[in-house]
Amino acid sequence: MKAYNIIDHEYDVVVLGAGGSGLRAAVGLSEAGLKTACISKVFPTRSHTSAAQGGISAALGNMGEDDWRWHMYDTVKGADWLGDQDSIEYLCKEAPKAVLELEKYGVPFSRTEEGKIYQRPFGGMTKNYGNGIVQRTCAAADRTGHAILHTLYGQALKHNTEFFIEYFALDLLMKDGECKGLIAWNLNDGTIHRFRAHTVIIATGGYGKVYYSATSAHTCTGDGNAMVLRAGLPLQDMEFVQFHPTGIYGHGTLISEGVRGEGGYLVNSKGERFMERYAPNAKDLASRDVVSRSMSIEINEGRGVGKDQDHVHLHLSHLDKSVIENRLPGITEAARLFANVDVTKDPIPVVPTVHYNMGGIPTNYKAEVLTMNGSEKTVPGLMAIGEAACVSVHGANRLGSNSLIDLVVFGRAAAKRAAELVKPGTPHEEIPETETQKCLDRFDKLRNAQGDNSTADLRLSMQKTMQSKCAVFRTEKNLKQGVDEIGKTYDGMDSISVKDKSLVFNTDLVETLEFDNLIRQAVATVDSAYHRKESRGAHAREDYPKRDDEKFMQHTLAWCDGKNTKISYRPVHQSTLTNEVQYFPPQERVY
Amino acid sequence: MVQLSLPKNSEIKKGKYFKDKTGSKNLRKVNIYRWDPSTDEGPRIDTYEVDMDNCPSKVLDILNKIKNEIDSTITYRRSCAHGVCGSCAMNMGGKNGLACTTPHAEIEGDIDIYPLPHLKVKKDLIGDLDGLYKQYQSIEPWLKNNSTKETTEIYQSKEDRAKLDGAYECIMCACCSTSCPSYWWNGDKYLGPAVLLQAYRWIIDSRDEERKARLKKVADELKLYRCHTILNCTNACPKGLNPAKAIAEIKKMLATANV
Repeated sequence: MKAYNIIDHEYDVVVLGAGGSGLRAAVGLSEAGLKTACISKVFPTRSHTSAAQGGISAALGNMGEDDWRWHMYDTVKGADWLGDQDSIEYLCKEAPKAVLELEKYGVPFSRTEEGKIYQRPFGGMTKNYGNGIVQRTCAAADRTGHAILHTLYGQALKHNTEFFIEYFALDLLMKDGECKGLIAWNLNDGTIHRFRAHTVIIATGGYGKVYYSATSAHTCTGDGNAMVLRAGLPLQDMEFVQFHPTGIYGHGTLISEGVRGEGGYLVNSKGERFMERYAPNAKDLASRDVVSRSMSIEINEGRGVGKDQDHVHLHLSHLDKSVIENRLPGITEAARLFANVDVTKDPIPVVPTVHYNMGGIPTNYKAEVLTMNGSEKTVPGLMAIGEAACVSVHGANRLGSNSLIDLVVFGRAAAKRAAELVKPGTPHEEIPETETQKCLDRFDKLRNAQGDNSTADLRLSMQKTMQSKCAVFRTEKNLKQGVDEIGKTYDGMDSISVKDKSLVFNTDLVETLEFDNLIRQAVATVDSAYHRKESRGAHAREDYPKRDDEKFMQHTLAWCDGKNTKISYRPVHQSTLTNEVQYFPPQERVY
Repeated sequence: MVQLSLPKNSEIKKGKYFKDKTGSKNLRKVNIYRWDPSTDEGPRIDTYEVDMDNCPSKVLDILNKIKNEIDSTITYRRSCAHGVCGSCAMNMGGKNGLACTTPHAEIEGDIDIYPLPHLKVKKDLIGDLDGLYKQYQSIEPWLKNNSTKETTEIYQSKEDRAKLDGAYECIMCACCSTSCPSYWWNGDKYLGPAVLLQAYRWIIDSRDEERKARLKKVADELKLYRCHTILNCTNACPKGLNPAKAIAEIKKMLATANV
């Protein structure tokens, strides 16, 4: 192997990823006086947080009475009781503070008549423990993620955060079960960089691109998740993949739930508002898993619209023009660009589309990464936040607008915890060279791969398999086929080919490294789904249609060594963090 | 007669020709600017015959199709694919735009794809935006307000909030700044439309307490007044924003206010 020139860095903390959670953590770390590096494969404002539309949930009570306990109940129920209630309590209690902080940072929230932050209704968000709809989702028109991301980047600049932009992270550096740093490749000049750190915070987002049709960006490849798998640590609840009810048919572009929050509704080929049948109370504002399943049933039973009857319509032309103009300008533009639809006149063709990964790197509410070794243990030196993490506040199904709040609450929590754990300027330990060597061997092997399989072909085959075998409805037979097919695609890596051999902006190699990351997560996802023989939240098994709390009120943990997985379980936390709220015992979940 | 000798790498040569292998009857020729810094070769234009029967509607779809099916070495930035992240800004058919929102049907004849104009090229279609990002940092894009109360928000009327519309939506794609001849000429000193639009966004935020200082900071012969109202910026913005108007507003504020 050709020797790579390595440039060494030392930081108190390294944040990997510069989306909403990574930036919020970086701001907190800089405030705490820790020497912090923030590494990202794209310029921060290109991160996929920018695509979040509808809003950020917090029980501010600006538009009628609200209580963080109600928010907590809704989140527990939305999660189909797979969420850890100590973490959910933390999320919902901290949420109002976190949103007010964003406002002070300068986020241009839409406003009420009194000049307060505007809040809109969203799926699954109710008052008084499921009795009526509440307006809890704080919005900056339908560009809330964009507004938050740009504001947080500004804050990071204010605090002089050190950025390493267009650096592609390769692997974690581990020593005796502790994380000591990471290695990254600088795309700008092709150099290899080794970052020593007392804490690494992974904030790399989701891995939607294992599927063919997703609202995710091309860059949503879960790089941090795969780094964790390669470090011999487990991922949690990977079978829980959220299908957003309203992705634009044929293109996958997200159409915000805010459309239904503002009064839009879904219609089948018979012109029926079919959600009234599936969720008599919440109707179109039931939680996303419920709406996506209902749409799939309508389509499967022949009531879809279009030539192939394979999607449904989202109507909003009945809404007041000013509502569309002021609160939904972004989706108006998206519908025009990607569906050729004028929303003031015609409905938008929509279909359930992969949107969010509830699963990820297991952590506690302080963002410390967990593993199982007999019992639950933290991994020293490693934290995870945002979509990459599985705290788990979203459990088996995330409520809309709970992801943006997750980013800032746990980004903040991670910075706080790191400040407790790391004394600024503590000297660094030596890391064995074998870790660096192992990482560069994989890098070099892929760079010089000269096989017959193109990365694009293998990726497509993985995406098609996941789309057909691990979708909204799942069966034993389908999942078994999925496990086998994904395994075969994994084997295809032995003969992968990379044509570009250079080191500067070699996006051929970047895509191949991303595929290597994706396929490992595909393995974890389909195998976790195969082993969960019940239906809960986003995981709907036709052969096991009921939730089975006795056997499966547990988090799945998946270790993957290549395509070989080990599945194990850990109990869901069945207690709250404080006495300010009581544990919500499992109930039947109806909307 | 004056003899001009162009610097190395500024002469673009004809590159490789990738003939269609699908047998499609519906082909278009796509010419792409290629330059690899790790070789000694100068830039070239490679030409690809692309089967349009199996290609979705946007220019980014063409690039992805070429990268996936014909030549995996072409290099460009892309991420969200629906016009919100600003990664895939480039020059297509002579116009700046986002590849993910630009329909290829709107380009007549061969489809020419170049990096954004007048940027240092890092590789192929990837331009160097580091200078623009530094300028962005220089306008201090964060709210300056001394309110310390943690429990309440800073109130803002609907009317004051409406002033931010048309400014906060900017995705920093740089289509505007790289279409501006003044920015081509003085890009190291003139802030350019993208950054001035952002400066304006903070100047007019009713919650900000440093408006005067912000205005003073941009009131500079080079930073601001190199705008000669050419309006290419507004024409180029893929989000339909109007940076030229924002610049005019700043000039108006400076002319009428006692700063």
